[in-house]
Amino acid sequence: MDLLAKGIALMGCAIGAGLALIAGIGPGIGEGNAVAKALEAIGRQPECKSSVTSTMLLGCAVAETTGIYGFVTGLLLIFAAPGMFMDYLA
Amino acid sequence: MDNINISGAKVYGYIGPDIPGLGRFPLSETLIVSWIVMLIITLLCIYLTHNMKVEKISRRQALAEWLVEAANKFVIGNMGPGFAYFVPFVAALFSLSVFSNLIGLLGVRSPTADLNTEAGWAIVVFVIITAQKIKAGGFGGYLLGFTKPIPLLTPFNVLSELSTPISMACRHFGNILSGIVINGLIYAALATASSELFGLIPGVVGKVLSTIPILDVGIPAILSFYFDWFTGVMQAYIFCMLTTMYIANAAEG
Repeated sequence: MDLLAKGIALMGCAIGAGLALIAGIGPGIGEGNAVAKALEAIGRQPECKSSVTSTMLLGCAVAETTGIYGFVTGLLLIFAAPGMFMDYLA
Repeated sequence: MDNINISGAKVYGYIGPDIPGLGRFPLSETLIVSWIVMLIITLLCIYLTHNMKVEKISRRQALAEWLVEAANKFVIGNMGPGFAYFVPFVAALFSLSVFSNLIGLLGVRSPTADLNTEAGWAIVVFVIITAQKIKAGGFGGYLLGFTKPIPLLTPFNVLSELSTPISMACRHFGNILSGIVINGLIYAALATASSELFGLIPGVVGKVLSTIPILDVGIPAILSFYFDWFTGVMQAYIFCMLTTMYIANAAEG
């Protein structure tokens, strides 16, 4: 019974970590859109290249935040949560 | 699979008295490397700025002047000339972040791969933002600011205020740590691949070659260029950019 409980806890952590990484989809699409629009802007006005690029990189880094949250959650589920569950179940 | 080693910062020992509830003060890898980074920056500043002249400047002094001018341009360009007194703070934050990220290239663990470091920086920035808000509108005005545009939104305003430092810290931390994790996985995968690949060669030659991770030479350097150099400098820039923007916004009231 104890082993089963531990197994279920570990399984939940692993599945949760996998689900948390779904958060990577959103920033991927968003940053792709941002880069596409920046390329359009550079194509229209090549003289603005440096300012468009720096603004785009800033926007990309901010848009990346939700993906990073997912990554940090996944890491916590893999490295921190199992130990906590094992302490609790022991 | 045994050679994948992704761990947190090591703790070398404990110092100080045993505080109830908190325990003794841990002397972690993050702390030691942070002090090394601070030492490097301090020595670099002393080296760059000693023996300065007005005429016939040396190359060293030209570099120092260029750095100071870049910092001035960055802060004044983003915040306006009234905030020139933030130049040392933002420059210190930027240099600390860049050196902390890049010291990972020397084989030690970056201090920025520990959430505590970024959390400290983010808390400092949060205190400055709050101080600027109180300075701009008074303490009552600061509290009233949470009830805008309608009082119903007060909990959400408080949440969004608190999420500023959390998102700043997690963004920087997550980017640096993801680089470390991906680099670790790539090294382990290439080592396994090269041992399997060269194990196909029959005889003694194959046995000797399969013990050496030959594919680990060169290929990870390309990824390291993105994950260490680009991300490291980029995240330092983003952190400073957001700091200046938040402070300037807060001061406008």
